[in-house]
Amino acid sequence: MIHSSLLSRLDGVFLTLILGALVLWFVPAGMGRYGTYVLSLWLVTAVAVMGLNLTLGVAGLKSLAQAAFMGIGAYATALLTTKGGMGWLPAFAISGLLTFAIGLLLGFPALRVKAHYLAFVTLAFSTLVWLVLRNEQWLTGGVFGLSNIPRPTLFGLKLDGHLAFHRFVVVATVLLALALWWLIRSPWGRAFLALRENPVRAASLGINIRAYTLLAFAIGSAYAGFAGALYAPLVEFIDPSPFALSASFFLLLMVVAGGSGYQLGPFVGALLGVVLPEWLRFTGGLYLILFAAIVVALLIACPQGMLGLFERFWNAIRRRPMGRNLPLREEQP
Amino acid sequence: MAEFIAYLIAGLATGAIYALAAIGFTLVWQTSQTINFAQGEFVMLPAILILAMVGFLGAPFWLATVLGIALFVLLFGWGFKIVIVDPMIRHGVLPLAIATMALAIIMKEGAKDGFSAEAQNFPSFLPVQTISLGGVSISLQHIAIILVACAAIGGLQWFVTRTKTGRQMQAAAQNPNVALVLGIPVARMVMLTFLINAGLAALASVLISPIYLAKFSNGEVIGLFAFIAAIVGGFNQVRGALAGGLIVGVIDSLAAAYISTSYRLAVPLVLLVIIILVKPEGLFGRKEERRV
Repeated sequence: MIHSSLLSRLDGVFLTLILGALVLWFVPAGMGRYGTYVLSLWLVTAVAVMGLNLTLGVAGLKSLAQAAFMGIGAYATALLTTKGGMGWLPAFAISGLLTFAIGLLLGFPALRVKAHYLAFVTLAFSTLVWLVLRNEQWLTGGVFGLSNIPRPTLFGLKLDGHLAFHRFVVVATVLLALALWWLIRSPWGRAFLALRENPVRAASLGINIRAYTLLAFAIGSAYAGFAGALYAPLVEFIDPSPFALSASFFLLLMVVAGGSGYQLGPFVGALLGVVLPEWLRFTGGLYLILFAAIVVALLIACPQGMLGLFERFWNAIRRRPMGRNLPLREEQP
Repeated sequence: MAEFIAYLIAGLATGAIYALAAIGFTLVWQTSQTINFAQGEFVMLPAILILAMVGFLGAPFWLATVLGIALFVLLFGWGFKIVIVDPMIRHGVLPLAIATMALAIIMKEGAKDGFSAEAQNFPSFLPVQTISLGGVSISLQHIAIILVACAAIGGLQWFVTRTKTGRQMQAAAQNPNVALVLGIPVARMVMLTFLINAGLAALASVLISPIYLAKFSNGEVIGLFAFIAAIVGGFNQVRGALAGGLIVGVIDSLAAAYISTSYRLAVPLVLLVIIILVKPEGLFGRKEERRV
């Protein structure tokens, strides 16, 4: 029973992704340069949030370095495509592999001890990355950043214009989201879920907890690297500030706002975190406070986030008992 | 050598302040499993509140300090517990930890938008002269900070181990169920640790702001050092957090002087990773048993 309802939900995810991609392919046609940019930024952020959703929502780990990993991906791609003279696709792959490897290196000592130590290790790592980005001028340009990052040319197609690049981001995002969708349906993904629901039982069923938690964290970090590789050519200029510690906090709040553990949650969370501020420009700097306050209110009322709230309403309308949703993992008291 | 001693004392002074923040952090963690990621902002905000009272109400500095600290303890001791921790703890530790990150953003942006984005001078209650002792120039301010912080920590230690209320607090932290059976008002004891945490943070704020200036973004670094101090010292000990704070403060001061000013933050981070690799329960911590 649980099995079939889970499958049908995942098919819903699949359909939504494909339909959403079609809509987003055509929607920006009349939106102008800036509107298209905001939409692309939304999707790129959603990729980073997707990775964090795997780390937090599926494996139950707090990572406070998602923005730092995104920074590593962005700087790696920027350096490889400008100074390295490399094409975008290999730079993208290297960014992902690099952040995956760093994730493994960072997660190994922390997860050896206790899951919440990962939060402190990633917190420290986040600060370290920011220091390197700011201080190593010869490589990263320091506070002045790197500019003139080229937009990619793929398979003979030049993706220079804002519309062409937006469509490229749509395709990349959908491919990355589908890869994650497949992963969560695979036996690996089941193991991740088992791990979050009941680690002791998962261990007794022969799941290597440490290896799987580490893997979830590394894959989550690699998605931040992918997001960075998309971000650099999107903005064409990068400096250290969007990759600071507070940005990592912000990404974590987006996971929770959208609905931690829901596969479409990252899109909702990033919508609240990236697109909504554009509509609420009149609030000025207060938007951040507003967003954080909304997240606190959501956490009190419905820790499953916007999608959890939506599911509650949906179930109330259909007068069915609450479906088995995916709440944040509660640690053993 | 004279230089080295001066750096050492400066490090001990900032370290004693980190220790205050780290002790509050571990107290709250012990009694309610709250990992407060806003701890740095807890140290940043009281100074801003005090300056705001001087600026907006025209209150004299001493009165503003008393009012500011009282307001802070009310809002971020009592209010924090009632508004954020109580409704959230039933959902588990993870949502609460994330809520404290949201709180950190609210406090930081609130201080920036509501008060000032610029660093502000913060007057010191302590003497600011420098004296020369056998060729070593020593800042009286640093010595006074060490004394004040140590007195506060000593008082806390005395309260926790020697008074009845303090022992009840310890019992409530170690085993709330048994404590409840023994008739200890556990809920009140937990609230008490939140008030103590806010008080320690306010004291740290008043001590550190004359050195670092009062600025909305101070919380990030102070919080980071407090977390490192708590982990290095061992999560479950007051004296551990004290030692951790002093070690981190001294290492930071010496690293800034002898290694590199731009990478001074990196050295305590390396220390953190080494401790987690070699002695994860901290230098003074007890090993916690695994609970299934």
